[in-house]
Amino acid sequence: MYKLLLSTRYLRTRFIALASIVSVMLGVATMIVVNSVMSGFSSEMRTRIHAILADVSVETNSLNGEPDAQAQIDLVNQVAGDYVEHVSATVEVFGLLHFRRGGQWIPRPVTLVGIDPAAETLVSPLTENLDSYRPVEQDGVIIRPALRSSDERPSWKLTDEALAYRKEWKARQRRFFDGWNTNPEAEPMLEPLMDGEPAFAPEPAAEDGPRFSAEAGTPSLATEQPIGSTAASTGIIQTDATDAAEPEIVNAADFTPLVEEQTTRSADNPFEGDMLPTQVFDEQAAEQNIDAPLPGRLYVGAGLIEYMREDPRTGKVSVERMVHPGDDVKISTVSTGSPPEPTHFFATVTDIYKSGMSEYDSNLVFCNLEYLQQMRGMWDPQSKSGAITTLKIRLKDYDDADKVVSLLQNVFPPHLYTVRTWEQKQGPLLAAVDIEAAILNVLLFLIIAVAGFGILAIFFMIVVEKTRDIGILKALGASSRGVMSIFLSYGLALGMVGSGVGVVLGLLFVRYINEIEGVLALIMGRKVFDERIYYFPAIPTQVNAFTVAWVALGAILIAVLASVLPARRAARLHPVQALRYE
Amino acid sequence: MTDHLSFPQPHLSTVALERTYLKAQVRIPVLRGVEMTVNRGEFLAIVGQSGSGKSTLLHLMGLLDQPNIGEVRLHVEATDDRPAESLRIDNLPPATRDALRNRVFGFIFQAYHLLPELTVLENVQSPLMIRESVLGYWKNRREYRDRACEIIDRVGLSHRLKHRPSELSGGEMQRAAIARSLISRPEILLADEPTGNLDSQTGRDIMSLLKSLNAEGLTVIMVTHDDNLAAQADRIIRLANGRSVDLASEVAA
Repeated sequence: MYKLLLSTRYLRTRFIALASIVSVMLGVATMIVVNSVMSGFSSEMRTRIHAILADVSVETNSLNGEPDAQAQIDLVNQVAGDYVEHVSATVEVFGLLHFRRGGQWIPRPVTLVGIDPAAETLVSPLTENLDSYRPVEQDGVIIRPALRSSDERPSWKLTDEALAYRKEWKARQRRFFDGWNTNPEAEPMLEPLMDGEPAFAPEPAAEDGPRFSAEAGTPSLATEQPIGSTAASTGIIQTDATDAAEPEIVNAADFTPLVEEQTTRSADNPFEGDMLPTQVFDEQAAEQNIDAPLPGRLYVGAGLIEYMREDPRTGKVSVERMVHPGDDVKISTVSTGSPPEPTHFFATVTDIYKSGMSEYDSNLVFCNLEYLQQMRGMWDPQSKSGAITTLKIRLKDYDDADKVVSLLQNVFPPHLYTVRTWEQKQGPLLAAVDIEAAILNVLLFLIIAVAGFGILAIFFMIVVEKTRDIGILKALGASSRGVMSIFLSYGLALGMVGSGVGVVLGLLFVRYINEIEGVLALIMGRKVFDERIYYFPAIPTQVNAFTVAWVALGAILIAVLASVLPARRAARLHPVQALRYE
Repeated sequence: MTDHLSFPQPHLSTVALERTYLKAQVRIPVLRGVEMTVNRGEFLAIVGQSGSGKSTLLHLMGLLDQPNIGEVRLHVEATDDRPAESLRIDNLPPATRDALRNRVFGFIFQAYHLLPELTVLENVQSPLMIRESVLGYWKNRREYRDRACEIIDRVGLSHRLKHRPSELSGGEMQRAAIARSLISRPEILLADEPTGNLDSQTGRDIMSLLKSLNAEGLTVIMVTHDDNLAAQADRIIRLANGRSVDLASEVAA
């Protein structure tokens, strides 16, 4: 009984104990906050990666792909049809994205993914990640509403805004070129621009008409800037007019079926074809559809074409886009066959892809599947089917993934195909995140261990201070074990109060973390957590009850362990010496 | 009680008690074979110069310390089913000695030794709390509280129940300490210079309290260096050179 009375009484009267409570409390609160935020980020990341990668993928090891997509889809359905919900056939191949900026062609290494949006969205939701489906927010205010409603199925159709934008820069390009044509003095101004791009610049004196020169020699220094561009005011040179040498087929409504001769020619030397479009150029048709988008359509990863720009005067960070929907960019990739030949084609950016995973956003370029197949020579005109490299599979229940993988491995032999779940595909990253979390936990637990040593030191002090009282207790008949348990239960009480308050504090912090971030932003004058950098509207948190319990118990255990040594010392005190102690 | 006086029965005795302290590798013999007997219901004073081993002897008899050589024996009265016997208590297992300290002996110290975090009432009840588990204490809390109040009333401290020791005067603290030593109804009260820190008037009050307790049958062993106080005892034992000299005859004479 006295143990309880004394340990609670000591807790109430020893203010020094408060210090150890506070350190335990802070340690526990920190661990809970950090764990919650980390697991929030981690689960958000997993969700996003999972959404991008689909549940299970079947990849050919060949660059040429495997012919007859439908046959492969049928095979999947036949083998694992009970578990499979959707299958999307895609072509994945490395490539280069070129876009014009400041008179320069800027290349970016990319992974080119040929998809059919309608099929793709069933295995990995596209609409969530496409720019036109999302409103643009700045400082909590919507500055641009979503351009498409979420009911609209993703397609390769440009939004009205993108078409208007395209029309605008096309018109400016023509105006500039017309001016150049009628006014030869303007020519020197183009000279430096042309220098930077000899490969793509057609002869300025091309007899096919001035328009092509104008398209190649982009008037990037033109005084006029694109609509809605903030670059004009901030002095950034906005290259909106990319090379727009139009291929022959410019019918926006029907771009997929390409004429066979064009495909073969593109495969032979498509670049040449783009550079010398006059060979098959139907001037009449082009004149009518001068603003129509190209048959090649792209969703370009945001990370490829965006950069963070800090205003030197205000210090405000803003996102600058170098390519907008409606712009034309150039794609280089390789054709099939051995050895692969380089293949180039122009395509119109339809949308910006932004998943929030920078690894993908700065790497992926989605292209319309059939066009890519044609450009790479994967299209078989006789059977009207193309070869594919990757099957993305969405399962009815992801728990069956391992079963499906082993089923598919039977029919897709491992030396030709790689069959993996998304987790296996991203194994190293996920493992790295797990290890990171584990190491962070160990480090944070050291904070609590430090608090434990604080308790140890403070308890030794208290034992010295209480030496006489310990003698009294022994004189009154208290056993050594009893004296020891006073200090153990004192440590237990410290740990429980400390971790209890710490848990409450940590959970409150996690609950109001965005409000706290807002207050911090107010004090510091700039955002701590910028949603434009992290792509999260709010700091993601996930409180794991098991983790909280584990942290709290660990803290209590450490407090008790730290009090063992002082308690033993107290128990061993000789009562006579303790009584004489003054 | 008169029985005790007329036929002195031993209550606590020591046999060739030796205690040596080790101080900086040097053996300092404090007690070198003390032979003494305390009779039941007796008020015994142990006197001697500083460092003569008075307190050590008291601690040995009260089981706070263990002798190097020799025995401490407790004489148990005969009950209906058991004859009177003499038990050696200094070498009992620790748990038994703890229990004996808690039940058979009551201690009073010169420096009072109250627990500063507890009120007078709680201090007085502390031996009961030590004896009982949380549940056992909770069951008997009324009875214990009443008993404590009764004893506090007996030592004249009823107006200070809720006070902390730091809020009490020296005499009040010693009264509280006496009340605490009486709470478990001990057989023997061991007092180590109980009036040493008190002024003479308060000291006399404490002495008369001890004497009246002794008159009710409690065996009192008091260590003091004050011959005037010792003179009020039934019998005096003087310690010199680590040996005891019974001065009972002197007092009687």
